[in-house]
This record gives sequence, structure tokens and C-alpha cells, in this order.
Amino acid sequence: MSWDVAIIGGGVVGTAIARELAGYQLRCVLLEAEGDVGAGTSKANTAILHTGFDATPGTLESRLVARGGALLREYAARAGIAVEPTGALLVAWTEEQAGGLGAIAAKSRANGYTRIRSVPKSEVYQREPHLGPGAAGGLWVPDEWVIDPWSVSLAYATEAVRAGVDLRLGTRVSGVTALPEGFSLRTSPDAEPVRCRFAVNAAGLASDEVDRMFGGGGFTIRPRKGELIVYDKLARTLLSSVILPVPTARTKGVVVAPTVFGNVLLGPTAEDVLDRSDRSTSAAGLSALLAAGRRILPGLSVEEVTATYAGLRAATEHSDYQLGVYGRYVRVAGIRSTGLTASLGIAEHVAGLLGEAGLPLRPRAVSGLGAGGGLGEGADAGQGEGAAGHAPPLMPYLGEAGTRPCQDAERIAADPAYGEIACHCERVSRGEIRDALASDIPPAGLDGLRRRTRAMNGRCQAFYCGAAVSALFEQGRSGQAPSRRTPFRQAPFRQAPFRQAPFRQAPSRAQFRQAGSGAGAGASGERDGD
Amino acid sequence: METDVLIVGAGPAGLTAAAELRRLGVRRVVVADREAAPGGIPRHSEHVGYGLRDLHRVLSGPAYARALTDTAARAGAELRAGCTVTDLRAGDGAPGAGPRAGGDGVSCVLTSGAGIEQVRAAAVLLATGCRERPRAARLIPGDRPSGVLTTGELQQRVYLAGERLDGRALVVGAEHVSFSAALTLAHAGARVLALVTDQPRHASYAAFRLGAALRWRVPVWTSTAVTRVTGANGRLAAVDLAAVDLAGADDADDAADAARVAAVAGERTRTVACEWLVFTGDWIPDHVLARTAGIALDAGTRGPAIDTTMATSTPGVFAAGNLVHAAETADVAALSGRHAARQIAAYLAGRPPEGSAPVPAAAPALAAAPALAAAPVPVIAELPLRWISPNAIAIDAGTAIDAGTGTGAEVAIGAEVSVGASGGAVPPPLGRFAIRAAEYRQRARLEAWQDGRLLVRSRPLRLIPGRPIHLRASWLPSVDPAGGPVHVSTARS
Repeated sequence: MSWDVAIIGGGVVGTAIARELAGYQLRCVLLEAEGDVGAGTSKANTAILHTGFDATPGTLESRLVARGGALLREYAARAGIAVEPTGALLVAWTEEQAGGLGAIAAKSRANGYTRIRSVPKSEVYQREPHLGPGAAGGLWVPDEWVIDPWSVSLAYATEAVRAGVDLRLGTRVSGVTALPEGFSLRTSPDAEPVRCRFAVNAAGLASDEVDRMFGGGGFTIRPRKGELIVYDKLARTLLSSVILPVPTARTKGVVVAPTVFGNVLLGPTAEDVLDRSDRSTSAAGLSALLAAGRRILPGLSVEEVTATYAGLRAATEHSDYQLGVYGRYVRVAGIRSTGLTASLGIAEHVAGLLGEAGLPLRPRAVSGLGAGGGLGEGADAGQGEGAAGHAPPLMPYLGEAGTRPCQDAERIAADPAYGEIACHCERVSRGEIRDALASDIPPAGLDGLRRRTRAMNGRCQAFYCGAAVSALFEQGRSGQAPSRRTPFRQAPFRQAPFRQAPFRQAPSRAQFRQAGSGAGAGASGERDGD
Repeated sequence: METDVLIVGAGPAGLTAAAELRRLGVRRVVVADREAAPGGIPRHSEHVGYGLRDLHRVLSGPAYARALTDTAARAGAELRAGCTVTDLRAGDGAPGAGPRAGGDGVSCVLTSGAGIEQVRAAAVLLATGCRERPRAARLIPGDRPSGVLTTGELQQRVYLAGERLDGRALVVGAEHVSFSAALTLAHAGARVLALVTDQPRHASYAAFRLGAALRWRVPVWTSTAVTRVTGANGRLAAVDLAAVDLAGADDADDAADAARVAAVAGERTRTVACEWLVFTGDWIPDHVLARTAGIALDAGTRGPAIDTTMATSTPGVFAAGNLVHAAETADVAALSGRHAARQIAAYLAGRPPEGSAPVPAAAPALAAAPALAAAPVPVIAELPLRWISPNAIAIDAGTAIDAGTGTGAEVAIGAEVSVGASGGAVPPPLGRFAIRAAEYRQRARLEAWQDGRLLVRSRPLRLIPGRPIHLRASWLPSVDPAGGPVHVSTARS
């Protein structure tokens, strides 16, 4: 069989394109080399929803960040993705930097963002009293927000899958053969070649390799590594907005930002690297971040670090996005650090390019889409009409500012599993873990579960919950209660005469489905991701 | 729901306190624990050595957890597992509860599968224990593979979930718990290559060290730091180690540590292939509930600041166990809980703190007036000490204390100040202060000073960061209740 469009790469950009195309009468396949969507560059970033105020005016990036940012704000609200309208404070730390603020504000207006305004030193400290000494002035950017970055790719992919897009995880494109009416994509591990009429390359860090398979060239991915430190939630009171430095020609600099999960993020560094798989942190990088943190927000230095990580931005030797159509092939590359914000704008743009290339874009009728329904509160099938002609799925809310399931008495009364906290630092209930495992795109591993629920992402780093959450994961995957893997010499735990909160055995996935069809609160039985 | 005492955490301290409160006649005692079963850390610490000081028996961790659970349940305490205390606020609790100044009860929120419940308690005991500092918080660079654990996770995987761990393992740390981790790894099938510590000495009992060396041939690599973690296909593959010299250095500043480690990296480093890396010790009290409730923390222990009655800065809220001294052995935590229970019972009854001489029943003013005569006298640890617990000496009204608890190595300096009828110092749990060193010292004498006056000087001891040190409180009668803070340090000469 032949697909209308094959999208290579299931990051935030690829999934957005899949979602966009799912709104048309097309048969699409989404090929992702990793075992999960959003598992590459999309998972490790600063999680800021940009305005594009500091983009280079006139570039495609400037336009698509502005457009995508507006679309994502609306989409996040409808999909229940956590967003916090924190605003950003760009701080000048020297008189020289303060002298350059006017030019940054002028650039912002040239980018079409006019709500930026200059603030005196006094207001800088009034807004952020815990800032280190030496601020000389700043700019207030009220529409730079923070967002849950993991749920975005997942929401796009879920919406696309529910609308019929075939998501193939663990499928790496290893070669391309041009056909008279399209392409044949070889995939590894060895599988049937994927035949398609049109192909979209959104392969991120591998986009130059994929581009060469299509006979392209003209750009090389030069990964730029960014190391970040995540501070404990107890540090969250140290700031209320995103603290930006004055950007340099090369990098936006080290940011201190709140996260929607309630933590404080410090980073990123910017280091050009050769290895596309090396996401390791370094002693030099972490030391540099600690020093920057002490200067910007001295209170951080006494707080505990929850996590450190590194991401690789898919930068190229060019300053703008590498986006274009070549016959039936669309290249979407060089989406450096703005891909999350721009994703929906890029997707819209790519659909336009495909249309110009001769792909007929007939909007799909709304009825029947997402008919499998959702899990839990996600029973949203067919209600409302999104930009792509169908409704976004209602994602599990992972933010700290809103109401989590364990804070919702009604929800616990309806289903006690939401009151049984499995991950204590992040207050993740057994119910949420169960839901993630039964969702349209279930996690392939514990890292995927972390991104879907926050479980094990907290300050103890699995000291308390690691064993229990792993057991829930195995149990959810196999659809049965965990069995002890080795007979270990241990006396059975005698039931003490105490009153224990109900701790029911979680039902199997099959049972969820049955329950769901009856109560409208269960999982969709349409797809089984593994 | 209303209760006399709500205990947060059903580990050794919480369970022992619950049993003691019931024994002392406190009517309603509720113990909430967020884990699926009560017992705390000993639940998944399957080796012997528990119960020595409190139960005068030698039990395995799980047996000890069962014994404490059964005792508390039989004493009539209400144990709730799978139940998280998600909020705590002082001030609008049970009306009329709490006889001391400001003590009008504590309001809490309990979350479980049964729902979200408001609980008003006349007194709350925080016994939330402590956890080990994980790899990320130690700022060890490299990849983020699986196979990197803490002892807490390791023991639960092995003893509660029954996992088997094949391959080679390194244990980071050389304190009591590190040997426990090595034991767990050996039980689970892993080959422990070594215990690695950046200190020049291990910080546990010589017997543990010798036992590990003889039984499992596990060496202790001292003056060695982990400088990088390397993964392959998402699994731990290797660990970089570097020689460090932290003897006598101040390692209190993590950043300085990272810089120092970075500096030595590349000089004398070696790579050790292994499949498991277990970070042990380096304890952090689980102070989240205390901190979010606005309870003052001690900068040294990082647990709630407490006086010798285990009272925190918030009236009606007490703290005990490894939350206030992370980490002592389980039996010491249990006895800390028992001490707190006696103080809470006295607080609820409007009596002077436990440890004081009995107050005449006819004493008219006590029921209305605060039983504490004066503000507690702060106890401050100075370098090379990292912290001391409790953090202040409570002074009770009108009585001197029974300080006949001190039979340790310390030589109390003769009481020069007459401690008269104006008040007496309340002794800490087990009649001693718990101390940790920030630096390594071969021979050091501990001293306590108040207003330029030497109160006590200990015999020489070796200071090793992470190793428990104690200072007998036999000198408390010579503390001036109206004087300045007591400073505890090493001999100044």
C-alpha cells in the first residue's frame, strides 16, 4: 500500500505536522526512530513558551514563532496542558547591557511583539526581590510563559493517532528510493519499505542525514549542547517570572525559569558538540551553571538540586530554519531551540507547502474522529472543532498551579486510585500511572512514564517510590499483578491489626476497557501501542 | 476528624511515640504513613541489628518494623497506611486544646484512597525521617542511565519487589548504610567491587568494615570520588573515579566540591566498568511538610529547629527521629520518638516538660500559665562540626532537672552557676546531643561554652563526616537559663 504522506521524526515538530495533516482527507504515517514520541530534543529544553521578541526580524523563524506561539497558547488551554503566564524579566547586569535594552525593544517591535516595555532598576527588584545585586535595568516581556513541554508532543501525537495517523515507534528510516509517484523508505529494523507519495523530514538531529537520503544537502546539523539544573520545588518561591539575560550573538544565555511542575530551572549552557547522541552533563558545565545561579539568584545555592540533564539543539550552520519543498519532499530542519513554541506554526506552513507541491488538502469531516474516546476525563470525542478540524485530546494535567487528581475530592470519591499517592515528591497517584499505561500512546519505558505523569521526577529521585512505580509499570504493561521475580527469603508481611486505607489491586487493562465502556471513564480500546 | 495527637510517619520514631502516648493515657492517637504499610525504612532493610537500645533484642529490619507496628496497634493507636499528610497549619485546630501559649491546635489535611480529610489535632508529631541525597543532587556529571540508585530504592527493589540484580556494583559512601547496601547487593546477586568514599576513612563500625572485607571481599576505596557516570543503551556501563584529598578540608559547599572534583578529574582518574551504582548516606531530612507549613528549620540539621522537648517553632508541633538528626540508627530514632511522646503528653496535660521534677498538684498557676519559664537556650555547632541536635535547651518552670543520665566519656565541668528555683534545663533524648562533623579530624575534644564559660570538654575522639558523634548532656545543670547561646565546637587551644 502507499501512504499519502510519510512524516519522518516524532518530535514536537513531526507530531505537530502529523496532527495538522490528520485534519485533511489523507492517509499519513509517522515514523519515529525512538521508542516514544518527543524523546529527543523535544524532551530536554527550557520549557518556555516564547513570544519571538528576540528573533531576527524578517526570518521565517520570527514569523512561525509568533504564529505558533499564538496557536499553542490556545491549544494548550483546550488540551489541558499546563501553562503558567509568568512573563519574563530580561535583566541587564551592566550599564553597557542596559544601554542595549532599547535596541532589543526595537527589535521586538520589528518582530511584531509590542507589549515589551523597559523597566527601571527599582522595578526589576520589586518584581524579583531575590535577584542578586548589580541589576542595572531590564525589559518586561509579559507574554513569555512557561509550559509543560512533554505533554505537547504527546497531545499532538494522540490527536493524530485518534484521527487515523499510523504511528510507528522504533522505526528508523535508513534509505530512500525515489519512485515515479513518490518514495519508498527503507526502515530498520528490517521491515516492509514504507511507500509514500509525499515525505516530510522532521528528523531533528538526524535531519541532515535524512536530507541526504532524499538527495538534498546544503546544511549540516551542528548539535549545540545545553546543560540544565533543576532545583527543588522549595526554591520556587525565589522567583515569579522567567529571568532572561541580555542575549549574545551566539546564545540566549543562562536563564532562570520557573517550571509548570513547580521547580526552578537553571540553564542552558551552549556548547557545540560533534556527537549527536551524547546527552551527558559535564563538570565544567555544571560548575558554570552554579556560578551563574549564584550571581543571578543567590538563594538557589542553598537549595537542593533535583535533577541535571543536557539537551541537544538541532542547530545548523545557518541562522534561520531550513524549511522548503523540493518536488514531493519537504525539509523541516534547523529548528533550533524554538521548535516547541513554533510547532503549530511550522505544521501549518508545511501543510501549505505540501498543498503547493500538489497534495490535495480536503478537510476531513469532523464526525467519527477520535471516536475511540479518551481515558478518564478525556472522553472528548468529536466535541468542538480544532484548527485541524478535530478536537484536541484532554491531556492529564501535570501542572502545579492547578488541581491535581489527588487534590480533587470528587475525583477520588469516584475512583479511589486518584487518592493513593504512589510518587510522594511529585504527588502522582496510582490512578494517573494506570491511566498513562492504558493511554493511546502508552510509555515504552520508565522515562516515558516520567514524562506522562511526573512519577519519579521528584527530589528523592526514586528513593521512596522507585520500586513501587516500577512494579506498577511492569504490572500495567503485562496486564496482570506483579509476581515476585525471585523467591527471596522473607517472612510474609503479617497483617497488623490496623486500619488501612483501601488499597485495591489495580484492574488489568482489559478490565479498564470494560469499565470504561460502561462508565465512560475507562480507556479507549481502539489502540494498543505495544 | 479530631484527635489528640496526629503523628506524621509510621517509622520507628512515630510508632514508638504512638505506643508511648497511649501508654501515658492520651486518648486518641492517629499515625498516618504515606507508604502502603507502616514500619518505615526498617521494613525493607533485611539485615539484623535492629532493636538493641529500645527493645533490648536483636531483630532484622522487617521483624523490628512488625514489632513496633504491633506494639503501637495493641496500645490502641490508630494506624493509617497509604495516607499522606498533604497540608499542615497551626492556629485553627481543636478549640481549647493545647494549654501553652499560642497552643490552640493544628489543622491538617490527610489524603488517601478514602478521600481528602480535614483533621484537627491538639498536637502534631512530625516523624517523617530522612532520605539519601541522590546522584543528581550530588552534581555528578555524565549520562543518565538506569542502574543508578540509592539504598532506599535498592532495598525496596530487592526486598519488597523481589528483584534480582546481576552484574558488578559500586557503593558510594562508607557509613553504616553503605555496608547495608553492599549486603543487599550481595543478597540480590550482584558482585560488589568496592565501597567508595571521598573521606580518608570509612565512617562505620570497625566490625561492619571487617565483616564486609572477610565475608564478601569488599574493599573500601578511601579518598576517592565519583566524577562521571557513563551509560550505554540506557544502562549504566562505567563510572569514573578520581583521587581526592578532603582530609581537613571544608566540604560543606557543594559548588566548591564540584569545582574541586572537576579540578582533579583528568589527573588521577580511572574508569571502572559496572552495572550498578548505589549512592548511600549523605542524609537529607524529609522536611517538606515542615517547611511548607512555615516551621523554622535549623541551618545545620536542615530539619525543624527543636528544643530539648522536641518542640518546633510552631506551638503544638513537635518533631522527632531522623527528621531532626539525619541519620541515627533506628533504635535511637525510636527513643527520640519516645522522648517526644512524653513531652507531648506533658504539653497536653499542661505539665512542665518531662525530665523535670514533679510539680506539686496544687500549683495554681500552671494550668493557665506557660509551663516553660524562659525562652530556650540555643545550642550552636561551630566548625569543624556541621550540626548538633536538639538545637536549643528548653528551660522549665520552677524545677531543676534530673541530670543523672551522664555516664559517658565526657567530664562535666563543675557547676559554677547555681541553678535555683528559677528553672532547669530539660535533657535531650537519651540524655545526649547528636552531632555530625563537617571535617575529618584525627583527635578532637568537643567543648561546650556559654558566655565565655566552659561547660564541658569531652575525651578525644575521631571526627569523620557522616559518622555519628554524641555529647552527653550531664553538664546541663551548669547552663545559665538566662544566659546566652551554648556554643559547641572542638577544643580551641
